[in-house]
Amino acid sequence: MSKYSMHLLVCGGTSCHASESDAIVCNLRDELEARGLVDSVQVIVTGCFGFCEKGPIVKVLPDNTFYVQVKPEDAQTIVEEHVIKGRKITRLLYQDPVTKEPFADSKNMGFFKKQLRIVLRNCGFINPENIDEYIAREGYQALGKVLSEMSPEEVIKVVKDSGQKGRGGGGFPTGLKWELARKSVSDEKYVVCNADEGDPGAFMDRSVLEGDPHSVLEAMAICGYSIGASNGLIYIRAEYPLAIERLKIAIKQAREYGLLGNDILGTGFNFDITLRYGAGAFVCGEETALIHSMEGLRGEPTVKPPFPAESGYRGKPTNVNNVETFAAIPVIILKGSKWFSSIGTEKAKGTKVFALAGKINNVGLIEVPMGTTLREVIFEIGGGIRNGKKFKGVQTGGPSGGCLTEKHLDTPIDFDNLIAAGSMMGSGAMIVLDQDDCMVSMAKYFLDFTVEESCGKCAPCRIGNKRLHELLGQICDGKGTLSDLDRLRNMSLVIKDTSLCGLGQTSPNPVLSMLDNFWDEYVAHVTDKKCPAGQCRSLMEYIVNAENCVGCTACARVCPVNAISGERKEVHLIDSSICIKCGACMEKCKFDAIFIS
Amino acid sequence: MSSIKIELRKDDVDFIKGVCASFNNDPQELINVLHSCQEHFGYLPAEIQEVVSEGLNMPVAKIYGVVTFYSFFTMTPKGKNPISICLGTACYVRGAEKVLDEFKKELGIEVGQSTNDNKFSLSSLRCVGACGLAPVVLVGDKTYGRVAPDDVKNILKEYE
Repeated sequence: MSKYSMHLLVCGGTSCHASESDAIVCNLRDELEARGLVDSVQVIVTGCFGFCEKGPIVKVLPDNTFYVQVKPEDAQTIVEEHVIKGRKITRLLYQDPVTKEPFADSKNMGFFKKQLRIVLRNCGFINPENIDEYIAREGYQALGKVLSEMSPEEVIKVVKDSGQKGRGGGGFPTGLKWELARKSVSDEKYVVCNADEGDPGAFMDRSVLEGDPHSVLEAMAICGYSIGASNGLIYIRAEYPLAIERLKIAIKQAREYGLLGNDILGTGFNFDITLRYGAGAFVCGEETALIHSMEGLRGEPTVKPPFPAESGYRGKPTNVNNVETFAAIPVIILKGSKWFSSIGTEKAKGTKVFALAGKINNVGLIEVPMGTTLREVIFEIGGGIRNGKKFKGVQTGGPSGGCLTEKHLDTPIDFDNLIAAGSMMGSGAMIVLDQDDCMVSMAKYFLDFTVEESCGKCAPCRIGNKRLHELLGQICDGKGTLSDLDRLRNMSLVIKDTSLCGLGQTSPNPVLSMLDNFWDEYVAHVTDKKCPAGQCRSLMEYIVNAENCVGCTACARVCPVNAISGERKEVHLIDSSICIKCGACMEKCKFDAIFIS
Repeated sequence: MSSIKIELRKDDVDFIKGVCASFNNDPQELINVLHSCQEHFGYLPAEIQEVVSEGLNMPVAKIYGVVTFYSFFTMTPKGKNPISICLGTACYVRGAEKVLDEFKKELGIEVGQSTNDNKFSLSSLRCVGACGLAPVVLVGDKTYGRVAPDDVKNILKEYE
């Protein structure tokens, strides 16, 4: 990278890619070419910067200028003003949402200030399609160190001492998992990377694979050396074409450099990686289901034990880790277990990547030390709630997690604290909800997901979740009773206790946590037949405000069921027994005379 | 099984057999075989599954079990312009359901169906990972971000 005096980093993650970031790259290159600057200024397509809300992003190095919402036609201005004249383009800089002050240096942005990037260390810095850039940032050094200086047992000890726990949701200690796989005796073992990121709203694995694929390959090779495996498999969602493409490129380059394949770095260690594709089944994130899917079967889980460490893929000992877990391994090896375990809390070490989404200002991908509070994440990094609305809750752990409220905002985030609060870490999705979100509808939404994704093998999950979903639907329709709320809770507890795998054991979590934290809202639905958030259509009532109504008859004409009566120039009336709550009248009224009660 | 009856040409059969052979006719490679076939034919009707069953030497019932288990595989053909609406949580809380309703209304079809002229088909999916653009709609390979119900007509117009 040294011969260039300036670098223009353009985000090539899925979100920015969808907003024409490739056209920005083309235009920038054309502009530089036209001015004879291609030898001194380099345009690099990187992985995700994390700040997806304001994409596409263009970052200028060395001065850390961070341009947001760049359009392809801005390329000319960037080259003329910034590259040639050295003037920052104020209108493209990120502005503080409150003070409107533009940030000249991205280091000072609230979004980045509190972050500590270990897993995402290279995302947004390097070109993921160029192995040399990964190597320039200490890439494959950990593999070299492991192969030349350390015994497998020593590697496992470092990982164990670091306190690293599985980041896919389970939170099982990584070093212990490796040790179990090492101790299993077999002629063949497998290392599997779980990249079947099915949790809606979580996109950290995708971003790592798109932005820094080599970190995962390197870690898998290290794992292979430690447990005694020479085959690695990455099980990745077919819905992630860009990540698949970049992985293929990375594997090819690593093979060419002798970093994968036979006799790696001349040490006699053999390890190669192949890709396996998922086909859209959430349950395949569960490791036994994932292994069955890789064997060409329906992705149904089986009872543990036997654990995959004893009998996994093709009946051989298999170690399954998640993408994020792997991505931290090379850094842990290089910097040591002490360094890693000094970050975070007493029980949870290191950092965690979260995907912030929903009603939050800064949607994106962030990485913070364990123990950071929800308030810091949502209000400082996330920039608070959109459109000045009021914070209502945050769903962590996706459809398997729970919804936390105002009172949990100062809880330091770690595995145990989230479980104690009725939620879980999960893969790290955080969906922020505001005053307009109805908690019965949200619970129904998550159950809708679980019902669809349940594999159907065990009865509690297959039948129980369906019944939960029906009950929630009735409550949304105003047909629920107080005793239904008890039934919801009892059934949830039974499903949790009796389901076969993690999917069923956690699927009632949203219901239970919302019942606990938003009891009044559930009661309002069943006793008053009201939806306080104004989301449940059946519980709304459209009413004419007599003061504003001028009797123009526009609403009556648009009503598809003739529920509105009234003479011209007289106040109209909506018959709620006929009204189907389609909202057409309210949309049509020019005088703000129709409102929802 | 699917009500659509199709007749495979000889080169279609050869193609499927070729795919199976490229994966060493290994039943454990079934999902990869199905991915390749769906990419080529657009869907996986019973007739294709029967050829795969011969190629991999495994019961067609097992193959049907796998095809119907995974949401990525479909036994009905998609329209010329497949429309997918993301119903991931981030899109859902930003109003994706209303966008889906609007597509249903405009096209007069339900999720999983195609229009009579086979121009559009409608499906929902869970999270494409572009949550910054929520709600997201995909038409073929093109991504539309921050879609409001009012935008639906204009999106459809692009494919007239």
